Amino acid sequence: MAGREELTDAIAGFGLFADLTSPQLEGIVHRFEETAFAEGEKILRQGLSGAGFHVIVDGEAAVVIDGTERARLGRGDFFGDVSILLGEAPIADIVATRPMRCLVLAGPAVESFLVDHPRVMYRMLQAQARRLRAANRWRS
Amino acid sequence: MAELTERSGSDRPFPPGDYPVVIIGSGPGALQTSYSLRSLGVPHAVVSEEPSPGGMFRRWPHFQRLLSWTKPHAPAERGSREYERYDWNSLIGDTPDTRAIQPAYMDGTSYFPSRPEMEANLVAFTERAGVAIRYDCRWTGTRVEDTAEGRRFLVDTTDGAYRAQVVVVAVGVAEPFTPPGPGMEFSHHYADVRAAETYAGRRVCIVGKQNSGFELANGLLPWARQLILVSPSHAKLSVDTNSLVGVRARYVQPYEDCVLGGGVAILDAALERVARVDGGDGDLAVHLRRTDGGGDLDVEVDEVIAATGFVCPLADLPELGVATFGRSRLPVQTPWWESATVPGIFFAGTISQGSKGLQRHGQPSNSGAVHGHRYNARLLAGRIAATHFGITLERPPIEPDALADLVVRELAEAPELWHQRGFLARVMTVDPEAGLVDDGVQPLTHVLDVGGPDALAVTLEADGTGAIFPVLYTRIRGAIAERALEPHPMMRYDGPDARRAIADVVASVLPGVAAG
Repeated sequence: MAGREELTDAIAGFGLFADLTSPQLEGIVHRFEETAFAEGEKILRQGLSGAGFHVIVDGEAAVVIDGTERARLGRGDFFGDVSILLGEAPIADIVATRPMRCLVLAGPAVESFLVDHPRVMYRMLQAQARRLRAANRWRS
Repeated sequence: MAELTERSGSDRPFPPGDYPVVIIGSGPGALQTSYSLRSLGVPHAVVSEEPSPGGMFRRWPHFQRLLSWTKPHAPAERGSREYERYDWNSLIGDTPDTRAIQPAYMDGTSYFPSRPEMEANLVAFTERAGVAIRYDCRWTGTRVEDTAEGRRFLVDTTDGAYRAQVVVVAVGVAEPFTPPGPGMEFSHHYADVRAAETYAGRRVCIVGKQNSGFELANGLLPWARQLILVSPSHAKLSVDTNSLVGVRARYVQPYEDCVLGGGVAILDAALERVARVDGGDGDLAVHLRRTDGGGDLDVEVDEVIAATGFVCPLADLPELGVATFGRSRLPVQTPWWESATVPGIFFAGTISQGSKGLQRHGQPSNSGAVHGHRYNARLLAGRIAATHFGITLERPPIEPDALADLVVRELAEAPELWHQRGFLARVMTVDPEAGLVDDGVQPLTHVLDVGGPDALAVTLEADGTGAIFPVLYTRIRGAIAERALEPHPMMRYDGPDARRAIADVVASVLPGVAAG
C-alpha cells in the first residue's frame, strides 16, 4: 500500500506531472482516486463508454484491439484520455498483465482538471503528438 | 467438525474447531452474510471481538445521526422487495419479521435514523433471524495450512483456533488513521472527539474535507469560536457530483457558512506541520502550503482534529499475501469479493467496496454503505455455496414471451439495481440446454468479462448529470453491446417508450428464444 507521500513522490517523476510543484502534486494525489487491478483484469473495455482517465503508478497493461495485443503500457503511462476528450467509447481493451495500481480521475472531472492544470494539459498534448507521430510512421 | 450451533451447557456458540466457513465480524455485513449462508444451507461459525451486534454503528457516527435514510412512509408497501429501495438501513430477510425492521425503530423526527435506532435495528435482526455469534472472541492472526483436503485457513482468536476452507472478513473500515507528519501528535482523531460542548469557544482546525470532517464541523458550529477545514483538494459536494461521492447535503452547512462569510474557513492546502506556540496557552500553530496556487499560510488554533478517515483492520492478512490499496487499505478484490491474491478469503460489509466495478462516468458502487453491501453479501453467500460447497443455485426458466415484462418489472422494482447502479445486474441467459433462464443478480463486471452463452444483463446507471436510466447489456456470440434508455424525468421505465425499447433489445438479442 502506497501512502500519500509515496504516491506524491512516485508521480513527481512522471512526465505528465513534471512541471508541478510539490503542493500541486499532493493536490493531485487527493483529487485522483487510487485503484488497484489484479493481473488479467480488464480496466477499459472496447466499445463501452464512460471510462475514467488512468495514470499507471505501478504495473503493466496490454492494449488490445479486437483481441489482438497492440502495445504495452507501464509506469507513468496514461490511458482513457482519448475517449474522454472525444466523448466516445474506447477503441481498445486495456488489460492488466501484472498487478496494477493507477490514479484514476472520473471522465466528467477531466476537463476541469486540465483547465486547472494547463501544464499537465501541455504535457498530455505532447504525449498525444508523440503517439500521432508514431502512428504516422507506422502507416508510412 | 465442531458443533455448528450453540454448545450444550454454554451460552456461547461456535467453540474453536473446524468449520466450512468462518465469518469474522458482527456488523451488518457479517449479519447479512451469515443469514444468507444459512439460508443456503452452508454451515459456518461467526466470531467477533464485540460484545453485541452492530459493528461501527455501536459507536459512530459521532453526532449520533446516520447519513443513510429510511422512509417509513414510502410509495411501496413496507416489507415488500420494492420497499427496500426506500429503506437503506434494514438488512434483508426472507420472513416478514426479518424485513423492513428499521422504520419500526424510528421516532419520526428525521428520516435519517439515529445511531441508537440503527443499532436497535441490527440487534432486532440478529435476534429475529437467529443469527448466532460468538462475541468477545477477538481475531488475533491467520495462518494457512495445506492438508490432504486442500488449503485450509487457521483463524487464531483469543478463544482458540478455527480451521476453515473459506474465511469471510467483515470487520469494517474501522481503524482510525492519522497520517504521519510533523506535529500530528498534537492532533486527535475523529474517533477521539470529545463531547461538543467541550469545544465551546475553541478555535478548531479540522484536517479532512470529506463527510467525517464536515460532520464534525457541522456539529461544532454552535460551539467552536472558529472552524477551519483543510485538505489539499477542493471539497466535493454530493449535490454537485450527483452521487455519494462528496459531502452529503445534511453536512453542507459549514460550506454555506464559509461562502456567506460566517467565519468558517475551507482551505485547499497541504498540512506542512503543527507545532506548539511558544508562550502560548496550549495554542497550536498550523503551517499550511496552499494547493490552489496561493502562498503558504499559518493559522493559530486551540485544537487540531484529524478527520482523515479509517483503514481496514486486516490484522496479518497483508503478510499472508492479501494485497491492499488506497487510503483505506482496502483489499484488492475480484468481482465476487474474493481476495485477488489469496483465494478463499472473501470480504463482506463496507470492505466490499474494494471491488470497484465499472465506475462508469465516475459513479462508484454503494458497497461502502449498508444499502449496497447487503446485496453484495447475499450474492457472496451464493457464490461461496456454489463454488466451494457444490450447492446448485436455482435458475428458474423464463417464458420467452414474459422476458420483456420481467425486464420492465426489474427496472421498476429491483432494489439491487437501484442501489448498486452500474455494479449489479439482473442476468437472463440463453442456456444451450435449459433454454432461457433467470440467473438472478450478479456483479456486472463478471457478466461482461466471463464470456459464455448469449445473455441479457439489465441494470440502472447514472452518469453524474442526475439522471438515472436503464442500460441493457447483451452478450451475443461473445460480443458485448450496450443500449442505454433515454432518461425519464420521473425515473419511470414502464411506459410505452421504454417498453418499446426493451422489446427491441429482447427481440434482437434473443431471436431464437423469442421465436420460440
